Amino acid sequence: MLFGTNPFFRWSYITSNWAQIQGDLLQHIWLTLLAVAIGTVISIPLAVLAWRYRIVRAPIFGFASALYIIPSLALFAILGPITGFVASYTTAEIALVGYTLLILIWNTVAGLDAVPADAREAATALGYSPTAALVRVDLPLALPYIFAGLRVATATVIGLVTVTALIGLGGLGQQITYGFNIGYNTPIIVGLVFSIALAAVADLLIVGAERILVPWARNRRTGSVA
Amino acid sequence: MSFLAHVFGWFTTSANWTGPQGIPVLFWHQLKLSVAVVLSALVIGGGLGMVLGHTGRGGLVAVNAANAFRAVPTLALLTLLAIQPAISLKWDGFLAAWLALTALAIPPILTNTYVGMRQVDADVRDAAKGMGLRGSQVLRTVEAPLAVPFVMAGVRTASIEVVATSTLAAYVSYTDLGTYVITGLNTNDSVVAFSGALLVAAMAGMMALVLGVLTRVLTPRPLRRRTEARLSRSGGIGRRPAPSV
Repeated sequence: MLFGTNPFFRWSYITSNWAQIQGDLLQHIWLTLLAVAIGTVISIPLAVLAWRYRIVRAPIFGFASALYIIPSLALFAILGPITGFVASYTTAEIALVGYTLLILIWNTVAGLDAVPADAREAATALGYSPTAALVRVDLPLALPYIFAGLRVATATVIGLVTVTALIGLGGLGQQITYGFNIGYNTPIIVGLVFSIALAAVADLLIVGAERILVPWARNRRTGSVA
Repeated sequence: MSFLAHVFGWFTTSANWTGPQGIPVLFWHQLKLSVAVVLSALVIGGGLGMVLGHTGRGGLVAVNAANAFRAVPTLALLTLLAIQPAISLKWDGFLAAWLALTALAIPPILTNTYVGMRQVDADVRDAAKGMGLRGSQVLRTVEAPLAVPFVMAGVRTASIEVVATSTLAAYVSYTDLGTYVITGLNTNDSVVAFSGALLVAAMAGMMALVLGVLTRVLTPRPLRRRTEARLSRSGGIGRRPAPSV
């Protein structure tokens, strides 16, 4: 069962395969960074549009929800003929970015909705144009929500990157499929534990960035939106 | 257009509607798995969320832990369970998929239930206590009904994730609609994969509809309009911002 020829965990696996694990970890980080960065760049303008123009809200959320519902595996299969099957970053990133959009757009819109009317009126009274008010008042005040979305999106993407192993990428997912194919626990656990550790480190970094960028929220309990 | 014509052709081929790999059988497999997963996650995540929300203790820790749980690769849990001889072949691979996906479905339900319990007006809770209700009675007759829209938002999020992710179960142990997707991926046949994805999307849409109706039925009548507005204001489907500690 869990022991004998297939022990629950074999430490020597890590030391003798360190180069491979390190490469997988780096690919995992790279795939995640790219997905969250592109996702953010796409989401914020879309969220601003959805927040400012009620008519486009439903189509934008519909689009993001659709991308969220389509299983990433299916997306690989559909995109494959166009963007390439084997180890294609484009195929992988389209699926990963698609997954972040709904989370990031929801949170950004929620954050913009939560900007106090007083703050916006004060900005108008000070002579800010709508664009200036957006950039210098609304978006900064929405930052705690945007960061909350980034945390969820990053954690989700780190978990999801492993699935791209099925098209030859996968980062730590390579360890998982390798372990599965030869029926060996240790590589799967390596993939699992390193993914969680990576997510924990990423979360700490995001929280740290938030403390620097959103100093006014530091002494307040943020996130109590209910 | 010829691609869509092929997809149409696939759906209208009668051979695809019969046998152990036919659409009805695989649709049923996926539905069975998804419902079982969401129900067990509701019992665990909902139960835990209610207790934590009621006592108000350890909640922030639980919510953050639940968020960290999102990073657990479902693929790792599935494959790990699927290669354990004691689990792998149980119930045609259903057991491994059920256990692995339940872990995925618990966090959104737990987080939303906790938030739903905490948003109950303190005055209402005090009034219930003042009327002489015991703690468990407050939980059952006051807090839980008022938290229903939030719990259901979590259930909806979890259901969509589970329906989409259960396609992965076809990679390791179980046959469901993911079988079409995996087969399509392995044989470079995007028609089959796309058709499978369409079926998965149809199931997700169907579940969202059923849950929408269920949410309305379960929500105490006076709450219906108000919480809908509140939910849509604060990020409806349960992707509520996680509290940052």
